[in-house]
Amino acid sequence: MAYLRSFGTWLPSRRVSNDEIARLVGAMPEWILAATGIEERRYAAEEDTVAAIGLRAAQNCLENADVAASDVGMIFVSSGSSERFCPGPACQIAAALGLTTTPALDIPVASAGSLIAIAQAAQLVSSVGRVLVVGAEIMSRRVSLTPEGKNTAILFGDGAGACLVDAEKGFARIADSCLYTDGSIAEILTMEKSRLQMDGQAVILQAARKMPRAIGQLLARNGVAAADVGVFLLHQANLNLIARVAAALKAPQERFFTNIARYGNTSSASLLIAADEWHRGRSAPLEGPLVLSAFGAGLNWGAILAVPV
Amino acid sequence: MEPQARILKVLRRVTGKEISPAPEESLFLSGLLDSFALTDFVSGLEEEFGVTIPDADLSARKFDTIEKVTSYLASKA
Repeated sequence: MAYLRSFGTWLPSRRVSNDEIARLVGAMPEWILAATGIEERRYAAEEDTVAAIGLRAAQNCLENADVAASDVGMIFVSSGSSERFCPGPACQIAAALGLTTTPALDIPVASAGSLIAIAQAAQLVSSVGRVLVVGAEIMSRRVSLTPEGKNTAILFGDGAGACLVDAEKGFARIADSCLYTDGSIAEILTMEKSRLQMDGQAVILQAARKMPRAIGQLLARNGVAAADVGVFLLHQANLNLIARVAAALKAPQERFFTNIARYGNTSSASLLIAADEWHRGRSAPLEGPLVLSAFGAGLNWGAILAVPV
Repeated sequence: MEPQARILKVLRRVTGKEISPAPEESLFLSGLLDSFALTDFVSGLEEEFGVTIPDADLSARKFDTIEKVTSYLASKA
């Protein structure tokens, strides 16, 4: 068995408004809001690193679970924006947590990495013990705040999230998952020479088809109707995309938790940040299953089904 | 019904408008389609023409005009 035990978040304090971005990229703030659903995003301070902000989210997650770092059996860290490719931030976060023999692996898959990590954690948790999943991104350093970089600069923000997957207890049991990769069109979303390169239209087209298909197949093989899902927690890529996924699944849009308006697209951190905010804010027991889904570089995408316990 | 008329039927259903764009008119530049509407347009074409359009073919370039859509569907026949 594998359970979602707790989530954690760390967000920078600096808020960056659409007005500020609009001035730099030569766009109208109203257009940014209409095209993305984003009102503001957070930018990390100059001294912050991906590992440093990931560590803060990891600590918050462990505190929320009342679990000591020494009781974690494995760590996955997802980031597409880490300062150094190899070794990546996973070993730094493990060391900062005082863990010098615990396996800590990087999953450098922008946007979808934390979903992949949770799905893998669910498979491993019975043998390795608790798995700490971290998603940490400083995307503001990977976009160009110029008119040429407008289409990506308006989207992204910085932040970190975390999730503890436990073999024995948690608020929801991970029942099933599906992961997919299609590298034949990987060029539409890449991180090269420290810059994000994205064909936004192509990414939206792919995501708008692949995410609902993955969720639909996962639900169908588990005999769950989309209308009966308690909450959908998606990678916060674009508010219009989330609405499109809801429409494709014929599921009520209010079941899709969103916080992209306040944090923008924080790539692989966004799923975990959204999950943490939803989990902290909910006042009533979950009435139906929970679905996590993400889409990102690779292309990689998938979904996870968890049932409340 | 001719293929172009059937494509137009799908386009009208997706946009909800009684439109008649010229065969070579850009459906994106004219504002009739955007990335999100294109996914509905493609699904509608699959249903109308009984074809499967692979995700790798999901490109605005291939579906930008009625003319291009007609050629694309002919290549799938």
